[in-house]
Amino acid sequence: MNKSIKKYFPLFALPTLVAFTIGFIIPFAMGIYLSFCKFTTVTDAKFVGLSNYTKIFGDETFVHSLWYTALFTIVSVLAINFFAFVIAMLLTKGIRGTNAFRTIFFMPNLIGGIVLGYIWQLIFNGILANYSRTLVYNEKYGFWGMIILMCWQQIGYMMIIYIAGIQNIPGDLIEAAEIDGATSWQVLKNVTLPMVMPSITVCTFLTLTNGFKLFDQNLALTAGEPAKRSQLLALNIYDTFYGRNGWEGVGQAKAVVFFILVAIIALGQNYLTRRKEVQQ
Amino acid sequence: MSNVRKAKHGWIFTIIFTILSVLWVLPIVIVFMNSFKLKAYINRFPFQLGPFKMTDGWDRFVAGVQKAFVGLTNYAEGIRKINFFNAFGTSLFITVCSVAVIILCTSMCAWYIIRVNDKFSKGLYCLCLFSMIVPFQMVMFTLSKLSNMLHLGNPVGIILVYLGFGAGLAVFMFTGFVKSIPLEIEEAAMIDGCSPIQTYFQVVFPILKPTAITVAILQVMWIWNDYLLPYLVLDIRKWKTIPIAIQYLKGGYGSIDWGAMMAMLVLAILPIIIFYGICQKYIIEGVVAGAVKG
Repeated sequence: MNKSIKKYFPLFALPTLVAFTIGFIIPFAMGIYLSFCKFTTVTDAKFVGLSNYTKIFGDETFVHSLWYTALFTIVSVLAINFFAFVIAMLLTKGIRGTNAFRTIFFMPNLIGGIVLGYIWQLIFNGILANYSRTLVYNEKYGFWGMIILMCWQQIGYMMIIYIAGIQNIPGDLIEAAEIDGATSWQVLKNVTLPMVMPSITVCTFLTLTNGFKLFDQNLALTAGEPAKRSQLLALNIYDTFYGRNGWEGVGQAKAVVFFILVAIIALGQNYLTRRKEVQQ
Repeated sequence: MSNVRKAKHGWIFTIIFTILSVLWVLPIVIVFMNSFKLKAYINRFPFQLGPFKMTDGWDRFVAGVQKAFVGLTNYAEGIRKINFFNAFGTSLFITVCSVAVIILCTSMCAWYIIRVNDKFSKGLYCLCLFSMIVPFQMVMFTLSKLSNMLHLGNPVGIILVYLGFGAGLAVFMFTGFVKSIPLEIEEAAMIDGCSPIQTYFQVVFPILKPTAITVAILQVMWIWNDYLLPYLVLDIRKWKTIPIAIQYLKGGYGSIDWGAMMAMLVLAILPIIIFYGICQKYIIEGVVAGAVKG
């Protein structure tokens, strides 16, 4: 049967293949090549070897944004997952109004990053005005602003995934543990947590990559102010491309480094948490 | 099941969660309130209806509210400034068409990959998986130049770009589901004289529907809110999507017209809330299904 399907290649696979080639394969391959070139548009590229890469680490804004992003990602992953899990635990206990709460907590997730950024810019500046400061007074304000924003946006999403995971635990498993005299802390640690490990894998993966790749919210909330100190990596790369003349090659080299970091984080995290999953 | 058991002090949690829920929607309420206020009072008194102090008494309160209230002025100004309805139309067109094209093309491609299963289709599948971990910044510059050269910088051309860049996740999710469809059903259809095209549209695609809904929801959430890709690919002098239009309000010098901004934020959020109200069940189920497979 697969031969008869194969004849229909132009209809079934070709459209996606063409789009995928234009939208991903060519830009990706060209991106790798251009990271070794000096260029302003793609047609005037001159090969310069590794000099773009050596320039990256002399660029203080990049090194700063790297640490800033790493710290931001760690804090946001921990905060979002902690609160999402706690809320999911409480909302699976049969509290009155559970469905309404779930609906409300999830809602901010549908709002786009740019809109979110401006909503919170108004609120943070309104609060900070009482202390005669603004959000861009200090990079720390931008940092915690983005953490709060990300919590508001993503706790609901992760909560939904945790709730699904918790509801999948067979009830008799928990009952058996309770009959054996396990305290509720022991049930949580030895039954619930190992059983929801697949959800934890997914949620840490999503929050890690979302945090590391954050762009829209960063642009709308602080736009990297003051003086590029609140730039996350993605915004720093964008700024290198479009904010500085003659730095396109360095921007592309930064993008390659960024890609490698994202790949390492994604694959490494997947490997580490998958090992802890138990068979159901 | 643990979710059937009633909590011991359930009402305490109900109260706590009610308060938390109110806090959760408060940011949106604040934006809504400010969208009816005079520009000058939005930044200075964002949490009040107008300029007054709590100790001033009722009359001052009413006077303050009246002083700040401007009705729909902000809306009119915002709509004029960024041509909101054009942006809405562009966003709607791009999102609906891209998602429809993605669903159709990638599901067909996924079926082809699984059923043909030769070296080429395996390679394509691996590339799709690989593309899922590549951040947009990696291809941002080259993609925008390439789409410029190919004249894809319009609402129709960008559909092709979205199909290309969104193919990874969609193909991955569809192949996961196609694998679980028993081959016998399709073989029976083929023996009964169905061509592969008929087999696909009359037998396979109906079975794929739940996955198609999941993919559609994830892609809608992505494309509707996407800022950077359309900003770089589209010719934004002619076409703006809603996120681009809102960012455009910031202007060249970083000064923001907060009146128009508040009104436009409300108009940007409103369709999302309506959409969420109608499709809530599908959205939440889609997110869970997408997460389990992803």
